[in-house]
Amino acid sequence: MRLLYTLGVPLLAVFTALVLGALVILVTGGDAMKAYQGLWEGSLGRPQSISETLVWSIPYIFGGLAVALAFKAGLFNIGVEGQIGLGSLAAVYVGYAVKDVPFPFHLFLALVAGFAAGGLWGAIPGFLKAKTGAHEVIVTIMLNYVAIQMTSFLVSGPMKDPNPLIANAQTPKILQSARLPPLLPDPQYRLHWGIVIAVLAAVFVWWLLNKSTLGFEIRTIGANPQAARYAGIAVGRTMVIAMALAGGLAGLAGGLEVVGLNFYHTAGFSVGYGFDSIAVALLGRGDPIGVLPSALLFGGLAAGASRMQFLSQIPIDIIKLIQALVLIFIAAPALIRWLYRVRIPREAESVAGDVQLSAGWGKAEV
Amino acid sequence: MSVAVPAIPITAARNNMRLWLQIGFWVVIATILLVLTGVQFGPAATISILAITITKATPITLGALAGICSERTGVVNIGIEGLMLTSAFMGFMVGVYTHNLAIALVAALFSGALLALLHAVLSITFRVDQIISGTVVNILAVGLTGYLNRQLFATGAPPGLSVLPRIEVPGLANLPWVGPILFQQKPIALTAIVLVIVVHFCLFRTRWGLRTRAVGEHPLAADTVGVNVNKLRYMNVVLGGVIAGLGGAYFTLESVPHFEPLMTNGRGFIALAAMIFGKWTPFGAWGAALLFGVAEAIPTAMQLQGINVPFQIVGLLPYVLTIVVVAGAVGRATPPAADGIPYVRA
Repeated sequence: MRLLYTLGVPLLAVFTALVLGALVILVTGGDAMKAYQGLWEGSLGRPQSISETLVWSIPYIFGGLAVALAFKAGLFNIGVEGQIGLGSLAAVYVGYAVKDVPFPFHLFLALVAGFAAGGLWGAIPGFLKAKTGAHEVIVTIMLNYVAIQMTSFLVSGPMKDPNPLIANAQTPKILQSARLPPLLPDPQYRLHWGIVIAVLAAVFVWWLLNKSTLGFEIRTIGANPQAARYAGIAVGRTMVIAMALAGGLAGLAGGLEVVGLNFYHTAGFSVGYGFDSIAVALLGRGDPIGVLPSALLFGGLAAGASRMQFLSQIPIDIIKLIQALVLIFIAAPALIRWLYRVRIPREAESVAGDVQLSAGWGKAEV
Repeated sequence: MSVAVPAIPITAARNNMRLWLQIGFWVVIATILLVLTGVQFGPAATISILAITITKATPITLGALAGICSERTGVVNIGIEGLMLTSAFMGFMVGVYTHNLAIALVAALFSGALLALLHAVLSITFRVDQIISGTVVNILAVGLTGYLNRQLFATGAPPGLSVLPRIEVPGLANLPWVGPILFQQKPIALTAIVLVIVVHFCLFRTRWGLRTRAVGEHPLAADTVGVNVNKLRYMNVVLGGVIAGLGGAYFTLESVPHFEPLMTNGRGFIALAAMIFGKWTPFGAWGAALLFGVAEAIPTAMQLQGINVPFQIVGLLPYVLTIVVVAGAVGRATPPAADGIPYVRA
């Protein structure tokens, strides 16, 4: 029964959000049937669409993991956007500027650079929270803006492709030796090995959180920092490590976008992964394995959106609206309970598993 | 949960000392910078920087006041960015359809209130984690404004829209220095300054203010003496929404006559940093907002003077400053004791 409730709320939340989304489309003078037909065709209707859905879900898996991991430590990581962006930037730099390194090693170096850059960007708010109590929500959001501006500066100046034929602000393409091979031989499928790495990452985070000492410490500082300190856990250090790992996962997503998909980086490449990743993590109930299906859903929405726009001229932004509605119902299951007159036991209600985020702006108990 | 210990007066005084020292430090830095620009480019440059500072501080001041209203009753509101973005769009949209700035302004205030009401319902009635609820508001605002903007105004903003005119306050506008800086601003910028005084007075001198602060510090005690805790929280969150709505209106009805996706650009979050830096007091928050205003005004003024600096680098200033301020101030600034904690009547 518990499982039914666990699955029931997210499913009803998605369903209700789609219905409300259709209403919004109708009210603003669009064709909802045609829009959703496009959404279906573009996400699952054809083999190529399925490949696109999977391609889109790769950054969502990592982004969702980055938020979920921080959640377990009682931290709210809204900085995924900047962490992904800097991960891309670092990976692309290693990809084109480091020369004469043979194939798998060069690729590996680029991904390590992406992980490190994202990890650093995640560690800063963790460190500031541990040292000064600066709320991670504000710091991560500000770091997003810093990352966006820095990227914009670098790709239009110092890192711009020197080729005079390219007017756009974009970096040079990375060398062949740093590229991730496609998963399928047919070039119409853009799916690359990133999806396998993403699933492995989810399993790894699950193992880390549930089976390792570090994971135990992370969960303990998330559940009760005072008890954690009393038990001899270095709360501040664990906080920094958790945020660095979370940022690293997001940075890896950025790196994979570069080495597996785009092969270069450009300003304004990110399409709001940051906020979406929060929704992915919450929909997956803050669980690393739960992130997988919810990332698939968001990947499907994103992949279907362009087909939808093509078929029905409905702007793709409706997807964001639907995601926000999903999030409202996930965050307040009481709404679902009230709408559908179903009984959901209170213990199945918590959105982020057993974790309570730190209330208010209070200084971290370090 | 740490138990809320009422601050004893001596500590409070010392905390205040520290705050004023900190503010004094920044004021000294800002003054030195301004004197230097004055020496370098003449007093006109300094006056223009200060006037731009007041203008740029407007949405931050209003956002911070909105945050104060909400948080002084114990409801954290990180959705102010979303409130401002939504009302910026709604004001713009209604302005396009009616060509009437007054109606557009009302629409902006109303949409701010409405979205704030959603935050209130989620966080007060349904007791959703207030940070998550605020994030929902932010995401919803991005989706809603992005969708409506592209669906309704795909070809861009129609021409012929205007913004609120500059007001020259009679008798004061011609004063040297103060006149061009303070009294030749546009209406929302002026209202923001007036609101700082009004909110300060109401918060510390009226029955509403006393009750608000009581609920924010110790809801159970307030409840015991007959204050309806959740009703007051609803009221204040929605009131905050109206003020944030005015902040949103600044973008599309006072600054520029068009809407761009994500045009609030983090001002709502910077406002929260200003609120924290100002220790949840209107005047403190205003001082902090002016600091951020300077950080934004200096690049603008530099461009006006023809000094060429990569805009992305100087554009970083407000964001980096926010991090520095939050990291430096939070440990010492004490939020309302019940901030962020839902109230359940036992």
